[in-house]
Amino acid sequence: MEEAILQAKNVSYAYEEGEGLAISDINLSFRRGEMTAILGHNGSGKSTLAKLLNGLYIPTAGTVTVCGMDTALDDNTWEIRKKAGMVFQNPDNQLVASIVRDDVAFGLENIGVPTEEMPARIEAALRAVGMLDFIDRAPHMLSGGQKQRIAIAGILAMQPQALILDEATAMLDPKGREEVFSIVEKLNREQGITVVWITHFMEEAARCGRVVVMDGGHIVMDGEPQEVFTRAEDMRRMRLDVPPMVALGDLLRSRGMKISRDAMDIDSMAREVLKWL
Amino acid sequence: MAITIEHLYHVYQQGSPFQSDALEDIDFTIENGDLLALIGHTGSGKSTLAQHLNGLLKPTSGRVLVDGQNINAKEADRKALRQRVGLLFQYAEYQLFEETVYKDIAFGPKNQGLTGKELDHRVRRAFARVHLPQEVLEKSPFELSGGQMRRVALAGVVAMEPEVLVLDEPIAGLDPKGRDELMEVISDLHRGGVTIVLISHNMDDVARIATRVAVLDKGRLAMLGTPREIFSRGDELEAMGLDVPQTVQLCRKLRAGGVDMPDCLTNEEVCAAILAARGRTAHA
Repeated sequence: MEEAILQAKNVSYAYEEGEGLAISDINLSFRRGEMTAILGHNGSGKSTLAKLLNGLYIPTAGTVTVCGMDTALDDNTWEIRKKAGMVFQNPDNQLVASIVRDDVAFGLENIGVPTEEMPARIEAALRAVGMLDFIDRAPHMLSGGQKQRIAIAGILAMQPQALILDEATAMLDPKGREEVFSIVEKLNREQGITVVWITHFMEEAARCGRVVVMDGGHIVMDGEPQEVFTRAEDMRRMRLDVPPMVALGDLLRSRGMKISRDAMDIDSMAREVLKWL
Repeated sequence: MAITIEHLYHVYQQGSPFQSDALEDIDFTIENGDLLALIGHTGSGKSTLAQHLNGLLKPTSGRVLVDGQNINAKEADRKALRQRVGLLFQYAEYQLFEETVYKDIAFGPKNQGLTGKELDHRVRRAFARVHLPQEVLEKSPFELSGGQMRRVALAGVVAMEPEVLVLDEPIAGLDPKGRDELMEVISDLHRGGVTIVLISHNMDDVARIATRVAVLDKGRLAMLGTPREIFSRGDELEAMGLDVPQTVQLCRKLRAGGVDMPDCLTNEEVCAAILAARGRTAHA
């Protein structure tokens, strides 16, 4: 079995003692190089899980490990933050400096990277997200998608094993969303970075290798997108949906057309329809 | 109620080195009963235009007429005119502040001078129109989910009983069910006679519910027409950084593959068009 980069064993979490569990006895592991979408309606526990996965929250019960390190041990905190970085929803809440270069340097300073090593790491990180040309620009002059890419570069500079993105595209326009998603896809494919992609957009989930669905603090589905999106009724009952092309495929099949369930995006649907015609 | 926008220009920071044209020569009419979708790339001027519709921003030149009356004219009863146009901001749930949902919805009508039974009726009527469970009314807005809070904020605007509602990206950030529920509320308000201006990036929604679409590009009105007319101009929309609905994208791909297909706006239409194409090949 491949190495688990992020692992949750019998993990439960309650925000306050005596209150209900936001996360209830979860077992889940993310292997090196996986790109996993996490779906669930607002309040299903997705964001809580994300914050448990890089040690921002410590489990009430059970253990979370990042590259084998227990997040509950204080001594591991810095090492864990280097290995698993997190990007949040609002692009305006996570940039700290007045120049892009300094923003990417911020994390490096915190983990004590020697000054002479910094320029190379900053440039490599900005190149990886396609933002090297913006190195001397002011973050507040950038678009939402560009700001999220800078936030990602700030994490990449620390050479992490895993990226956890909590609805990182929710506040972006369609162009910005595609820009951020495809950069993360590329980092996963080319650098083997393990990605946990939390989203409300079903078409993004269809592009991940694995989809985990949460409801009421539990994992209720875990599989390839084809398997998960076959259960359209279950998804809708959980306040979720299926990608538009999956819904179209269901309709076409119900009218007797031979269309593969693997057709979950426009390109593959067009190929299937052309084949059937 | 119709809103006519006449040769409207808006310049930000006029006279400073940062001067920039936010809106240039916008000239069209939002008709009574429209559900007009206002689409455009980020920075195209959508929100700036929306804020002119109820007088929050004043045109640098040009006019905004509500039923023929200039909402910025000195002599007009500006307050009354502006109350006829309600505006729901982006992420409006951040503006909730009262102890209970009831009080939050009552805030606007109370400021209008309503009291007693009249105020109570107004609040309950607005609340009923956003499809929330009855027990929510006495809860704190901060105990609700994001989608429910958004609908409470909408009820607060609806309680002013505007004839035109301007909604700035009302579904942003909601989960799929929350998006569907809110779109249903918007459709219902429209069916109930409220003219709607909907700013949205979700072209599938726009294709489904809009009666007309206005496209802004770099501060100018680039297109105006029915969803079918607008989304048949996919190349131009893409050049402006905009999407077309997924069904239209699929139809374009199929045409490129040699299939004779119209631009379909719904799954049912796609299905019928594919079956028709199959029928033609079978007979050929």
